Amino acid sequence: METLVALRGLTVDFDVGHRVIRALHGVDITVGKGEAVGLVGESGSGKSVTWLAALGLLGPRARVRGSVTLAGQELLGAPARALEAVRGRRIAMIFQDPASALNPVHRIGRQIGEALGLHRGLDGGAARAEARRLLDRVGIADAARRLTDYPHQLSGGMNQRVMIAMALAGEPDMLVADEPTTALDATIQAQILDLLRELRRDGGMSMVLISHDLGVVAENSDRICVMYAGRIVEEAPTAELFAAPRHPYTSGLLAALPDLDGPRRRLVAIPGTVPEPAHLPPGCAFAPRCPVVLPVCATAVPPLESAGPGHRAACVRVRRAVAA
Amino acid sequence: MLRYLSTRLVRALLTICFVVTFAFVILRLSGDPALLILSPDAPPEAIEAFRKSWGLDRPVWEQYVRYFGAIAEGNLGRSMRDGRPALDLVLERVPATLALTIPALILKLVIGIPAGIYAALHRNKLADRMTMLFSVAGFTVPSFVLGLVLVLIFSVNLGWLPSGGQDSWIHGILPVITLGTAGAAVLARFTRSAMLEVLGQPYIRTASAKGLAWHRVVVDHALPNAAIPTVTIVGFMVGSLVAGAVVVESVFSWPGVGRLLVVAVANRDLAVVQTILLFVAATMVCANLTVDMLYGWIDPRLRTRRVAGAG
Amino acid sequence: MNAPAAPLLQARDLSRSFRVRRSGGMFGHAAVLHAVDGVSFDLTPGRTLGLVGESGCGKTTTARLVLGILTPTGGEVRFEGAPVPAPGTRAWRQLRRRMQMVFQDPLGALDRRIPVGQQVMEPLAIHGAGARGDRRGRALELLDAVGLGASFFARYPHELSGGQRQRIVLARALILDPTLLVCDEPISALDVSIQAQVINLLLDLQAKFGLAYLFISHDLKVVRQISHEVAVMYLGKIVEQGDPDRLLTDPAHPYTQALVSAIPVAAAARRRPRLILKGDPPNPVDRPAGCAFHPRCPAAVDRCRVDTPVLKPLPDGRLAACHVAHGEAGSARLVA
Repeated sequence: METLVALRGLTVDFDVGHRVIRALHGVDITVGKGEAVGLVGESGSGKSVTWLAALGLLGPRARVRGSVTLAGQELLGAPARALEAVRGRRIAMIFQDPASALNPVHRIGRQIGEALGLHRGLDGGAARAEARRLLDRVGIADAARRLTDYPHQLSGGMNQRVMIAMALAGEPDMLVADEPTTALDATIQAQILDLLRELRRDGGMSMVLISHDLGVVAENSDRICVMYAGRIVEEAPTAELFAAPRHPYTSGLLAALPDLDGPRRRLVAIPGTVPEPAHLPPGCAFAPRCPVVLPVCATAVPPLESAGPGHRAACVRVRRAVAA
Repeated sequence: MLRYLSTRLVRALLTICFVVTFAFVILRLSGDPALLILSPDAPPEAIEAFRKSWGLDRPVWEQYVRYFGAIAEGNLGRSMRDGRPALDLVLERVPATLALTIPALILKLVIGIPAGIYAALHRNKLADRMTMLFSVAGFTVPSFVLGLVLVLIFSVNLGWLPSGGQDSWIHGILPVITLGTAGAAVLARFTRSAMLEVLGQPYIRTASAKGLAWHRVVVDHALPNAAIPTVTIVGFMVGSLVAGAVVVESVFSWPGVGRLLVVAVANRDLAVVQTILLFVAATMVCANLTVDMLYGWIDPRLRTRRVAGAG
Repeated sequence: MNAPAAPLLQARDLSRSFRVRRSGGMFGHAAVLHAVDGVSFDLTPGRTLGLVGESGCGKTTTARLVLGILTPTGGEVRFEGAPVPAPGTRAWRQLRRRMQMVFQDPLGALDRRIPVGQQVMEPLAIHGAGARGDRRGRALELLDAVGLGASFFARYPHELSGGQRQRIVLARALILDPTLLVCDEPISALDVSIQAQVINLLLDLQAKFGLAYLFISHDLKVVRQISHEVAVMYLGKIVEQGDPDRLLTDPAHPYTQALVSAIPVAAAARRRPRLILKGDPPNPVDRPAGCAFHPRCPAAVDRCRVDTPVLKPLPDGRLAACHVAHGEAGSARLVA
């Protein structure tokens, strides 16, 4: 598969005044053309920060290092103009809470039209017609009338559809969807995920789906990266990850999820709490909660190593298993 | 929208009634105008006659009712000192006051808002810290102190500008600067925090993620939202166009409404004081109404509401 | 469902409407929002009733009615056989010792300036329960019961993680020995790896103290894990009620079917055919006539548009409010 976007050794440091906190500790992710990659993790795992950093959207207090390439072009440290040409045009993003991600004082039509003018040089009647077509495309009934509505007049699900229409306005090569359904009700979540699947099928767009919900990424990704405390701890094709997880954190997450059917069993909870970025334990960040921890885990951070075809995990037990 | 405006209109009228009543009560409590105007050693008959001619011999509630009735008819009474209609006395001073306060307002807007925006966009940088330092200095120094310092420097020491009077526009320079400084400082601080609040909102990130250049994110997405809270404070400044210059007019002997008020209070010239207060309240209330209408115009959420569901 | 014990909590035809002002026209006009509309259920001691539905379905309003924080506009709530007294009265405050509530946001429920141990003891002081000297010991016992040691007593809320805070809230709710705990989305704000801890804790506490739970959640998987019985709500009414396993494997009501099929499943083998509903739930003020679900229902027939279905037993004992599920869709009654 041809590589579209590649992150290499991406680190992010936040300057919080009296000190600098590292939120991302060297992340490698590759997204192929037309591929859907799921990024799963808990709050503070760095899954959102990764893609905001890649697009230079973290603001002045973040220091980003490493490399981000889009079709071979380096984005990190690129001039503002070059980044602006990528955002929305090559890589579009949608966010968690659609109601607050849209500007409350501008009409829907204007907010979509802005992207159309920027990326496709459309304005006036042409922009309006295209904005209408996009709203139609994302399944908003009565699109013509909705163009003159304000975000507060629409439901959460409708606003997320507007966000998606806006993202489609630039005809991007890749869509980064950051917890796109977390703020929505179950039946609306199903609608939005269905829409995203349909768009991808029709347009061949690559997608990065960021979520805390393993079920959501499982159903919508070809490959999944599991993040914990600012690092990728496991990466595998979706079916493989669920069939044969190799990192104890991934297995732990799966065991902690209640089942939908079958006999009810007591959940196996992961003990302890997620470490704060400022107070990471030495060595493997998961070691204090790990049921199969070894003395060596506290001494060094295990690197991501191959655990099978397309499967990598950052756990010393993987290396031992391979060596054995 | 109509409902929104009508409730505000009713509130405005109530505010005016409250101010009028307040003025009436305070002035009646604070001393006998007959004694002040005629001097305490005037013959008792003269004092009695004065009271009778102004209606001061009647019960307080009756004075109050008459007073309200007269206002409703547009009759604000006559000055107890020189017998001229109080409204005329006040109105002829208004242009002088506006000649100070309007340029001062423009100064506040032109300096305060851009300074606030600039500081917000350069948060925690040197430019921000310096702006905020000046801002704190600007609104902590009382205006009579600032006025006197300016007089000391530019009139007494340098001799560049006159220290008082109203003979030409040059006389207005120091009072306008004195008035404008504090307001600009307040406005800068307010605009900065409004901008910082808005810049932290998710829709700003959306606008950047869309590919908009930063200056367009600021102009098209941040400023219209930051304008919503800023309009409040600007409205307040517009509302104090008539009343906001009392101290400065006194410092610079500027014959405006503020000085008239000081003199009238000292003399217990009830009709004049009441007229000024009424006038001030009316401008305040009008400014507030305008702000409310502006809100509706800037913020679509106030125009078109959705019924929220129950949880 | 056929629990032999006498019910601890009974809701009978519980209704609550709110007066709202809606947009449209020059001044807007008054309208009535039926947040909860004829809800009945029983809860026996030591058991859990899960209340499931999307935002605006009335599940939180139901919880507030049960606790007596809101007065019903129709129907009644009985606790241990007696009606729940009016809020604010002495009798109500006495009763509130027996029924406690746990919310979604534990940080909002705690006072940031007071050590958490003090906050766990606080209900004892408010209700004048227990000797002053014993209160601290009792608080330590409960901290232990929720899996936090005595070392947590002197800590402040901001020093704890989300899961630990929710444990504190639970300890505080349990210190007065309640028999009923109403939990409103108690784990939704927690991290995935922490949710299982709190679910297990809730199950352990139920076994240890014989608590009954009214468990409100939007997550059917969690509800199945914790409940003995589940009620699904849509626009203020219960549309299906019964055994959680039956309800999840073979949902009878089309809305339950949609909810179940909307659950994203990690294991590909367990995936079901997807049933995507059209549109958003309607505004509760604009409750559609007939079955409120009919505009979004893939199975709706003419009768559903005019005739409101009644919640009644299916052959397997489960309750459903649906003409189609009861096989009564054909007998269309056209009412003028």
